[in-house]
Amino acid sequence: MSALLALAALLLHLALMLASAPLLLGVVRSAKARMVGRQGPPLLQPWRDLLRLLHKQPVVADSVSLVFRAAPALCCAAMLAAITLVPSFTLGMATAQASDLLVLAGLLALGRAALVLAGMDTGTAFGGIGASREMLFAVFAEPALLLVVFTLALMTGTTNLDAVITTIASGQLGLRISMALALVSLAIVALAECGRVPVDNPATHLELTMVHEAMVLEYSGRHLALIEAAACLRLLIWFSLLAGIFAPFGIAPKADGQGPILLLLWAAGAAIWAVKMLVLALGLAAFETSRAKLRVFRVPELLGMALLLGLLAAILLFVSQGFAHGFGGDGA
Amino acid sequence: MSGLTLPVLVTVMAGLLALVPVSAAIGPRLALIGTAILAALGTATILVHLLAGAPPTTLTLPVGLAGQSTILALDGLSALFTLIVLAVAAMAALAACDDAHPWPTAPALPGFAAGMLLCLLASDAFALVAGFELMSVASFVLVATHHTEEGVQSAARLYAGMAALSGLCLIAALALLAPNGASFAAMRTGGVEPWRATLVLALALLGPGAKAGLVPLHVWLPPAHAAAPAPVSALMSAAMTKVALYVLIRLVFDLAGSGNPLWWGLPLIALGIAGAVLGALRANMEMDIKTILACSTVENIGLITLGLGLALAARGADLAPLARLAAGAALLHSLAHAGFKSLLFLGAGAVLHQAGSRALAKLGGLAKAMPITVACLLLAAASLAGLPPSAGFAGEWLLFQSVIGAVRLGGIGLQVMACVVAAMLALATALAASAALRLAGVALLGRPRSAAAAAATDPGPALRWAMLLPALAVTLIGLAPGLVLALAQPALAVMLRTAPDDTLSILALQAGDHAQLYAPLLIAALLAAFLVLITQLLRRHAVQGARGGPLWDCGYGDPPAWQPFGDPAAQYGGASFAQPLRRVLGPLLLDLRETIHTPPPGDISVARLHTAISDPAQRLVFTPLGQWREAISRLADRLHFLTVRQILTMMGALLALLLAYIAAMEQL
Repeated sequence: MSALLALAALLLHLALMLASAPLLLGVVRSAKARMVGRQGPPLLQPWRDLLRLLHKQPVVADSVSLVFRAAPALCCAAMLAAITLVPSFTLGMATAQASDLLVLAGLLALGRAALVLAGMDTGTAFGGIGASREMLFAVFAEPALLLVVFTLALMTGTTNLDAVITTIASGQLGLRISMALALVSLAIVALAECGRVPVDNPATHLELTMVHEAMVLEYSGRHLALIEAAACLRLLIWFSLLAGIFAPFGIAPKADGQGPILLLLWAAGAAIWAVKMLVLALGLAAFETSRAKLRVFRVPELLGMALLLGLLAAILLFVSQGFAHGFGGDGA
Repeated sequence: MSGLTLPVLVTVMAGLLALVPVSAAIGPRLALIGTAILAALGTATILVHLLAGAPPTTLTLPVGLAGQSTILALDGLSALFTLIVLAVAAMAALAACDDAHPWPTAPALPGFAAGMLLCLLASDAFALVAGFELMSVASFVLVATHHTEEGVQSAARLYAGMAALSGLCLIAALALLAPNGASFAAMRTGGVEPWRATLVLALALLGPGAKAGLVPLHVWLPPAHAAAPAPVSALMSAAMTKVALYVLIRLVFDLAGSGNPLWWGLPLIALGIAGAVLGALRANMEMDIKTILACSTVENIGLITLGLGLALAARGADLAPLARLAAGAALLHSLAHAGFKSLLFLGAGAVLHQAGSRALAKLGGLAKAMPITVACLLLAAASLAGLPPSAGFAGEWLLFQSVIGAVRLGGIGLQVMACVVAAMLALATALAASAALRLAGVALLGRPRSAAAAAATDPGPALRWAMLLPALAVTLIGLAPGLVLALAQPALAVMLRTAPDDTLSILALQAGDHAQLYAPLLIAALLAAFLVLITQLLRRHAVQGARGGPLWDCGYGDPPAWQPFGDPAAQYGGASFAQPLRRVLGPLLLDLRETIHTPPPGDISVARLHTAISDPAQRLVFTPLGQWREAISRLADRLHFLTVRQILTMMGALLALLLAYIAAMEQL
């Protein structure tokens, strides 16, 4: 029974995520427009864009190989696989056992690798410049991300995301400075991974300032629809991850014989999750409106800061634990 | 049945050795075919041996030095590495058969394989040294094959020097261990004093460490591996470095006793992680596909050494689960690296043969022309980049879990070290991913950069199979890393002197009291299911087909008729892909020097950018060493210009000193 419930939770989670991913992007865009005094597109515009793209025949250059055609589907599949690992409204989904943070990082890297190869496969200057810069950012974002994973693993004793959230939600860790540092660090990584201001501007029309958009410049039609869907999903993954780790309240516990009250818990979890997403979306919009994009070679400095914060979070943890519990601090 | 394995392997070794002289009569091609058959036979035997979980066996051969017999043994550790060596040798020989007229030094290839095999089976000091030296000499001959080409002679000379150093250090280490006898059994029962054991550790890092490509003595590796013919590069990178690591493990984990202090692991951890970062960074900068692969070997050897160091430290701290985790990571990554690196080198050989160049600047656009080669290479590149669910990711996942576990080793100093190592490990894997994508994106994808690349086709059936079989093996390792770990349990028992872990799962990797797990089959199934779902959705709801046309590229026109693939200079290449990383990390780590030559106003000559990078080991170790050698030889050279009287005086003084010394010794 509980296995069936876990599967049902997973399917519901997938449906919720798929439905809300483009909507989330719509909220961010709309809020950004409002903040600078424009009317902005309707909230459902990203959904309409996806449908519009599906109804257009793609143009595929004669010189490209199968890699170019397969990359959008692979990228999208990697994002979908990643999203099954990140809990939204409930813990204990069918994939909870396998929801490892390192695997999650690997799946995000897989999606990125597919697009980088596709960008190189076009054999154009823009594809190359986007791919090369994307990898530059990845080289600095990855260590920061893994240091945060390292810190979380120290605090909770595991890299399993489900278990990490369960431990943090139980409140036994208390408030920690390391947590705050990890939050800032992870937020910077999220901005870089999702290609948002100040790292990259998703709405740019000037090719030379593009990173992610330059890489996918040759795409059109259904291929572009998949890439846009993957981008929405990536944003949603990062938002859910941030919300799950740093604001784990309201998330429903593992389905384990609660009876009908479970449905109530799930509904409440979904509502609270939606509120968290809304807050994060508004926060992102406010941040993006108030910041200018950084020069490409200033981005490693920003990500280096995230790396240092991650390092500091872990070291602070050692120091505090060394003093508090003598955790391994006997100098053996 | 299990008793037969060792005799079969000895027969294989003898057969390989016999092929070296016999090839003069039967020709190199037949010798290579014989090598492939013998190695494949050995691979099958050892695989059955490992799967059956057969106990260790010993065999005493009545040949050897005067009054000595040769002792051979096969335990869990040597069996695992034998599998690597024989499987890679079979594939390398098969790939070499593809050429109707193999390179002239091809008969040395079976000798090289036999040397590695002897090294692994040896159970006394003399046999080990003999195997190690045979391996060095044969591989030197193979490296020097194309000695008329530029740079090959210097690469071979540097290699010979490093091989000599390795051999010397190995002999010294074995001599230190062998006060009670030269057999490994005698070394184990005799026990080793701490100072001897510490010296053995230092010598093992210097000797076998240099042979494996450990920082800072890795400088020989990229040029030597790039200079050799591709099957030899595969054998050197995938197998020989592992044999060197095996010798290191045998000396440090096994023969030097099991009671090592914790700090023994620290030099391995430091050298390992430094090598991983440096190798991955250099792989991003090089412009020759085989040099890129060789630099990535330095990276992967660094990762494996990091795992070994963590295991050694954990064994010293009596943390058996952590030691098992870290050593398992090292062994799993050894196997995975052997698989994907041999695949990459054989694929690079196919590219070189079919597209006529190893330079990134002359390749590109191969994906349509050589689909099988490119598919195999992309699969291996995914491992190199550490993407799930590839074989490379599994090892790196275990390794990262062991680094997290390393905070339990001790005080705050070690904990901060674990934290820094975690960051550097992430940096190394991210750099490796960048290097792998650069290699695949520039060399295989995009538009062709030369006429030869545009006319390339897939290679012949032998080389094709030599790529497809490792590709299959790598996929298997990636999907069932638990199975590989199960095969490695006897080796772990030898390394750590603990009972094997019987709670292993075949389907998933687990760490830390099974709290976290990586289930590659689940990830692969999820990816496959979503791919099918996406294709079905697109088939139902999207407009089908696609319109062809030229590249848009923000409105560039069609390429001119005399350049059907456009101007190669207008495409991103190896140097331009690496430029951001070179600019950010180059000044700090690679001593980057960039000079821009701009002509004065009015002058219409071309502006030029010149960049030069150098390996820090070159700058900090090899250049000073060379200067000392110069200084010493200049000092010694003065002897030539002494007068007869001065020479006679010196000889008299020396004689007097010697007599005084003898007199003093007799007094004592």
